[in-house]
Amino acid sequence: MAAQTRPKKPIRWHIGVFLAPAVLVYTAIMILPLFGTLQLSLFRNIEQSQVFVGFSNFRTLFGDPNWSVNFWNALRNNVWFFIIHMLVQNPIGILLAALLSSPRLRFAAFYRTAIFVPTILSFVIVGFAWKLILSPIWGVAPHLLDFVGLKSFFTPWLGKEQYALTALSLVSVWQFVGIPMMLIYAALLSIPDEVIEAAECDGVTGMAQFWKIKLPLILPSIGIISILTFVGNFNAFDLIYTAQGALAGPNYSTDILGTFLYRAFFGFQLQVGDPNMGAAIATIMFLIILAGVCVYLFLVQTRLRRYQF
Amino acid sequence: MTTKLLTALLLGTSILGTTGMALAEDVTLNIESWRGDDLTIWKDKLIPAFEAKNPGIKVVFAPSAPTEYDAALGAKLTAGSAGDLITCRPFDKSLELFKKGNLTDLTSLPGMDNFSPVARAAWQTDDGKSSFCVPMASVIHGFIYNKDAFDKLGLKVPTTNEEFYAVLDKIKADGTYIPMAMGTKDLWEAATMGYQNIGPNYWKGEDGRLALIKGEQKLTDADWVEPYKELAKWKPYLGDGFEAQTYPDSQNLFTLGRAAIYPAGSWEIGLFNTQAQFKMGAFPPPVQKAGDTCYISDHTDIGMGLNAASKHPEEAKKFLEWVASADFATIYANALPGFFSLNKTPVKMEDPLAQEFVSWRGKCKSTIRSTYQILSRGTPNLENETWVESANVINGTDTPEAAAKKLQDGLDSWYKPAK
Repeated sequence: MAAQTRPKKPIRWHIGVFLAPAVLVYTAIMILPLFGTLQLSLFRNIEQSQVFVGFSNFRTLFGDPNWSVNFWNALRNNVWFFIIHMLVQNPIGILLAALLSSPRLRFAAFYRTAIFVPTILSFVIVGFAWKLILSPIWGVAPHLLDFVGLKSFFTPWLGKEQYALTALSLVSVWQFVGIPMMLIYAALLSIPDEVIEAAECDGVTGMAQFWKIKLPLILPSIGIISILTFVGNFNAFDLIYTAQGALAGPNYSTDILGTFLYRAFFGFQLQVGDPNMGAAIATIMFLIILAGVCVYLFLVQTRLRRYQF
Repeated sequence: MTTKLLTALLLGTSILGTTGMALAEDVTLNIESWRGDDLTIWKDKLIPAFEAKNPGIKVVFAPSAPTEYDAALGAKLTAGSAGDLITCRPFDKSLELFKKGNLTDLTSLPGMDNFSPVARAAWQTDDGKSSFCVPMASVIHGFIYNKDAFDKLGLKVPTTNEEFYAVLDKIKADGTYIPMAMGTKDLWEAATMGYQNIGPNYWKGEDGRLALIKGEQKLTDADWVEPYKELAKWKPYLGDGFEAQTYPDSQNLFTLGRAAIYPAGSWEIGLFNTQAQFKMGAFPPPVQKAGDTCYISDHTDIGMGLNAASKHPEEAKKFLEWVASADFATIYANALPGFFSLNKTPVKMEDPLAQEFVSWRGKCKSTIRSTYQILSRGTPNLENETWVESANVINGTDTPEAAAKKLQDGLDSWYKPAK
C-alpha cells in the first residue's frame, strides 16, 4: 500500500550537474596526472621505448647508493625544514594571533595586513629579496648587525653548509607565518564572549585564560595548520630553487625532495632528465604526504574534542 | 553586404597569396636558434652578407627562448615543421638529434676542413667518424684583470703560478682591492672559472681529457688533483663572505673596480666593456714553471647543422659552407666579442680584450672542458658533481683528494671506458 501511494523518488539530476564542473576539472588536472605519475614510475625508457619494469625504479632509488644517498639526504633536510616550521612558524603564528585578538591593541588591522602580505608575494621575489638582504657584499643584514654591535655574528649564511637550510627555513617561516596567524585569529574571534566572561567570573584571566580556555578551543585549528604545514613543506621547491638553484648548494645541504625531484625529472645542465626516476621520487613524496595526512585524520583528528556553541 | 565584403576579402587574400608565391621562387631557409640576443646581428649583418653573394636564397633567423629551445625544437622536428638549419648545442643534446636521424651527416661538407679536430669534437659521433654540425664559436677561459689597479700597485702580469700568488699576495697586502672576484654560492663559478680554467695546464689539455675518457687516467691521479690543490689555495684571496657570493655579485665586484682579478670566460667581454670604467687586460691561466707549454680551455659552445627533413638541402649546404668560411667568422666574431670563431684562419678582431684572449690560441694548446664529452651521461652526473666538489674544495669542506675521490667513485659507478 505504502509503496503505491508514495511517489517515486525523482532522480536528482541537479546534484550531478552542479558537481560536474568541479569533478571534471579536478579529475582532468589533478587525478589523471597523479595516476599518470604513478604509472610512469613503473616504466623505464629502454632504447627509446617505455618498458614496464615493475618496482625496479624504486629499487634503484633505495638500493643504488648514487640515488639513495641523495634521497635520504633530501628527506632528512625536508624533515628539518618541517621541524623548523612547526617549532617557529606555528608558535609565532599563535602568538601573533593572540596579540592581535587582544582588544587593547591599536592598529590591529595594519599589523594583520603587514604580517600577511609576504604570504601573497611570489617565491621568486622572496627568494631574491632575502638573497640580497643576506648578501655579504651588498646586503643590509651585515650593516644592521653592525649597528647593534653584532657584526661578528654575521656569516654568509646561505653559503655555509651548516646554516643554509636553517636560514632558508626561517625565510620560509617569515613568508608564511601569516597563514597560521590568520587561521588562529579567526578561531580566537569565534570563541563566544559568554565563555570568556564565564571564565572571568571564575577568576581565570590573563595567561591562565589563554592556556586553559582559549588554547583548547583553538586546538582543531592548530591541527589543521600542522597538516597544512606538513603538506606544504614536503611539497616545497620554489624557495630553495630561487635562492640556491637546482643543485641546492652548498654541497646539497639545502636539497629537499622537491629540488631532488626536479633534477631527476627535468635534468640539470648536462644531466639529462629521467622522467621515470622523477616519477618514482614524486610517488614517494605522494606516499609520504599521504601517510602524514592519514596519521592526522585517523589518529589526531578523531581525538580532538570539538565544542559546539 | 557582409558576404560581399567577405568574398572580396577572401579573393583579395587569395590573389595576394598567389602573387606572394609567384615572387617566392627564391628559396627561403629558416634558422632555428636559442640565441635571441643575436637577432639583430643576424638580420643586419650576417644574413645580408650571405644573401648578397647568393641571390635566390633568402634566410630567416627564427630564434626561440633559450630555456624552451630544446623542447620546442624537439617538438618541431617531430611535427616536421622545424627550420632547415638548426643551431646545435654542444655534445650529447645534438648527438641525440643526429642519432634520431634529425641532423644530416656533414662530414664531407667542403668547409669542414677549416676546423681543427678539437673544434669538431663537440659535434661528432663518439668514434669521431661523422660530423653533423659546423662549429661556429667557442669561449676561452682565462683571467681578466683591472689594468689600472695593476699599474697603481706596480704589478706585472703573472705567467707562472709563483708569480700569480705573489701578485695576489701584494694585492691582499695593499688592501685596496679584493684580490680575486669569485664566489662559490652558484657552484658553477668554482668549477667552470676555477677548475676548468686552470686545470688544462695540469692534465695537459687534450692528452689528459682523452686519456680520462679512455680510462687510462683517473680523476684521482696527481694531474687531476693538482688543480684542486690550487683552488684550495684561492680561499684567502676571495672577498669576504665569498661562500654566499653569486655570479652576478662577482661580475659587479669586478666591474665596479672593487676586485683586481676576475677568473673569467671570454663571454664576459661584451658586458665588461660596457660596464667597467677602467682599462682591462687578460692573462691565460699561469703555468707551473716558466717555459712550460700552456694549455687553455677553448670550449666549443655553438654550431649549426642541417635538418635532415629540409626541403632545400642544397641551398642549406651552401649556407653552411658559408658559415664555415672565414667571411662568416670575421663578421660573427666582431659582432660578438668573446665568442670566438673556431675557424683555422685567424680572424681579425677589433676588440683589444678579445684579441688578447684569442692570441693565446697561437701560443697555447686548446682543449675543451673535461666533463662535457661522454663523461656526463650517467648518474651521478660528473659535471654537476664537479660543480659541487669544486665549491667544496674552495670552501674548505672537502680536501682536494677527497673531492677527487668522490668524483672518480661517482664516475666509476656507471662509466666503463671501452678498452
